[in-house]
Amino acid sequence: MDITYTAEECAFRDEVRRFLRSRLPADIASKVREGKRITREDYVRWQSILAEQGWFAVHWPKQYGGTGWTPIQRHIFDEEYAAAHAPYLVPFGVSMVGPVIIKFGTEEQKQRYLPRILSQEDWWCQGYSEPGAGSDLASVKTRAVRDGDHYIVNGQKTWTTLGQYANMMFCLARTDPAAKQQEGISFLLIDMNTPGVTVRPIITLDGAHEVNEVFLDDVRVPVENRVGDEGKGWTCAKFLLTYERTGIAGVGHAKQALAHLKDVAQRQTANGRPLSEDPVFRARIAEVEVDLMALEMTNLRVISAAQNGGVPGAESSMLKVRGTEIRQAISDLLRRAVGPYALPFLPEALEGGWDGAPVGPAHAAPLSAQYFNRRKLSIYGGSNEIQKNIIAKMILGL
Amino acid sequence: MDFSLNDEQRMLDETVSRVIREQYGFEQRRGFAGEPGGFSAANWSLFAELGLLAIPFAEENGGFGGGGAEVMIVQRAFGRGLVLEPYLAAVVLAGGLVERLGSPEQRERLLSPLLAGKSRLALAWGEPEGRYDHRTVTTRAERDGDGYRLSGHKAVVLHGDSADRLLVTARTAGGPADRDGLSVFVVDPAQPGVGVRGYATIDGLRAAEVRLDGVHVGADARLGPEGGAADALDAVMAAGCAALCAEAVGAMEAACELTLDYLKTRRQFGAPIGRFQALQHRMVDMRIALEQAHSMAILAACSLNLPAAERDRRIAAAKVVIGNSGRFVAEQAIQLHGGMGMTDEAMVSHLAKRLVLIDHHLGDADFHLGRFAASGDDDLRTDKLVPASRFSHSLRGSGR
Ligand SMILES: Cc1cc2nc3c(=O)[nH]c(=O)nc-3n(C[C@H](O)[C@H](O)[C@H](O)COP(=O)(O)OP(=O)(O)OC[C@H]3O[C@@H](n4cnc5c(N)ncnc54)[C@H](O)[C@@H]3O)c2cc1C
Repeated sequence: MDITYTAEECAFRDEVRRFLRSRLPADIASKVREGKRITREDYVRWQSILAEQGWFAVHWPKQYGGTGWTPIQRHIFDEEYAAAHAPYLVPFGVSMVGPVIIKFGTEEQKQRYLPRILSQEDWWCQGYSEPGAGSDLASVKTRAVRDGDHYIVNGQKTWTTLGQYANMMFCLARTDPAAKQQEGISFLLIDMNTPGVTVRPIITLDGAHEVNEVFLDDVRVPVENRVGDEGKGWTCAKFLLTYERTGIAGVGHAKQALAHLKDVAQRQTANGRPLSEDPVFRARIAEVEVDLMALEMTNLRVISAAQNGGVPGAESSMLKVRGTEIRQAISDLLRRAVGPYALPFLPEALEGGWDGAPVGPAHAAPLSAQYFNRRKLSIYGGSNEIQKNIIAKMILGL
Repeated sequence: MDFSLNDEQRMLDETVSRVIREQYGFEQRRGFAGEPGGFSAANWSLFAELGLLAIPFAEENGGFGGGGAEVMIVQRAFGRGLVLEPYLAAVVLAGGLVERLGSPEQRERLLSPLLAGKSRLALAWGEPEGRYDHRTVTTRAERDGDGYRLSGHKAVVLHGDSADRLLVTARTAGGPADRDGLSVFVVDPAQPGVGVRGYATIDGLRAAEVRLDGVHVGADARLGPEGGAADALDAVMAAGCAALCAEAVGAMEAACELTLDYLKTRRQFGAPIGRFQALQHRMVDMRIALEQAHSMAILAACSLNLPAAERDRRIAAAKVVIGNSGRFVAEQAIQLHGGMGMTDEAMVSHLAKRLVLIDHHLGDADFHLGRFAASGDDDLRTDKLVPASRFSHSLRGSGR
């Protein structure tokens, strides 16, 4: 039993830290630090820098331009990444469709799409959920009807994250309505510029435009854009939902948010003293920090098992549940830390380049909106209730 | 002991509930929010016509002599509709303070137009460094001829940008946290030296930062004795907390109703999601939280006339329960709605925002827990706090 990092791993951490310090653009990092909205251009600029370093497709095998890092190295990278205030890595291309194409795609699909993910030419979005198919994803109704060497696709996708920026969507569509639920589904790659694709914004409760509805109206999709066999799309979908889930706990993000919480608590005043000295608030921070320590150790156990060739299964559901709860608890405390200044809401103050005077302390501006935004963590990616159903079934055998 | 409403209270409940049901639909509310001031002037006049603005005031001041129960009835209905109009700010807080501190002339001058819906008051009690403590006041009022000169910064003044008169707390003596030396002044926001910066709040209301830069007011602008406003302030803050508790109950009821309805109609895996026992139990927890909150709102409403120490102890308790249960109901209402709960389009997300942010008005659960814990001591001091272990179990909401 040894819970320390090896000398090589520590050296790796130093290397990652050095890279982030020298290459992460300061304007982007400060947007992340200040809770401002990240633009498409910001994402592309930063992800191109990562790709140039060869550190964008962290999870991919080396032959496709990945890093070949061990699970522990990836964990270290995630931690340093968040600590440096690098922006959330848009996962749909690099972490989702990329691995599916590597695993199930044809040689042509690999040659065509993988380099375009690395070069940021393609921005992918995920077309899984539909109005009637959320937790019960296998009930998707979007239809794909074969017409010569095309499918004609009709249906509606929803909650499509950053679909407004995307030129490509991977999508679950029903090719065989007669087959049993999971069996008639195919995995299609759809060019968003095809006639019949309409993207409409959904504004969320924090005033952000992060998700969309995507309407598919007689959209012609070449058959060669199907990944895997016809009717085997569920296999791809499931693979994607279980692929490399060791990072799902979001320990790096949580640590960064906790550090921010401590900083904010030092800058706020309660009863004439810093809030960080208030015994009630101190105890609340301490409790969440202790929970985070437990999560990190649990995460490291899972990562270490993966390092030794184990495949994380339902353990990743535990990491997802606890990770999201802890991140939500921190966002709750951040909002509470600023007291009455959690109330003012100036959406324009969340845009980069805004140089108006803040209302109250500048650090307070995004905190309520972020707290409400973070409610999504326990809803998407398989809601926490669904994760618990998985744990009950797979781990407990209930 | 009798928890039922009397005939007049029942009539009041029916009237207000009907107005909210028929004239305060969620889509209509969007329209109201877009009007200047962030609420509907027509609604405000309607509330005046219906006598709602006169409810808590004594008959000698043109009111109906209503008490905590009557305000609770109004605020609970307002909570269900997420009412935007400044009832809490103008009637309960500012109006209440005028009634308690004002001379007969001042009451006549300020309350008559308020009750008639022609004037709106706001109470500027908060300060940037004061957090939730209304006694932490550094704004100064210095004698200046036969009047005063006010300087300072009042923070997050609820509806401060639409009020035609601000009641400003300022220090005529003493240090920043002293009980003595607190005075209240009526300030015309159009007066030279007053800067009002209005903004939206995330729970759908409006507030303002108010800066006072050597603002001259006459002696007749002072409400009540010089330096002796603390007791009256304590009393209106208590009344404000009770009103917020009632509003939170209304909002929790609406959030629970919408969620229950969603559990019955939303289908996944071939069944209404309300069939899943995990969600049944969650909904039960929400309902229990609502009932506990309702009980405490009643306790608060019925405690306003008690001696100050006991009143404030109970108000603190109520605000703790409301803060925690409101947040729990809000978070779970979103969660059980799935993606829908995250949208601006769904009323439930607006209810959730109001419920979470009610905790940021007039003191949050931690603030009031501290007051409650200190209330066994001789005087109610916010800096005497419970040891952490006594409440750490409430850190995470139950039922997750
Ligand atoms: C911000 C955001 C971004 C998203 N981005 C994307 C995206 O890019 N692409 C995409 O395809 N999708 C995306 N989603 C959709 C997300 O995956 C779904 O919201 C999620 O699967 C839940 O589905 P639903 O919203 O329909 O809720 P429902 O499935 O209707 O669930 C409602 C409630 O019922 C519970 N529930 C459902 N079934 C059970 C059960 N059997 N037992 C117990 N409880 C149950 C759920 O946990 C939830 O609390 C996003 C969602 C959000 C909020």
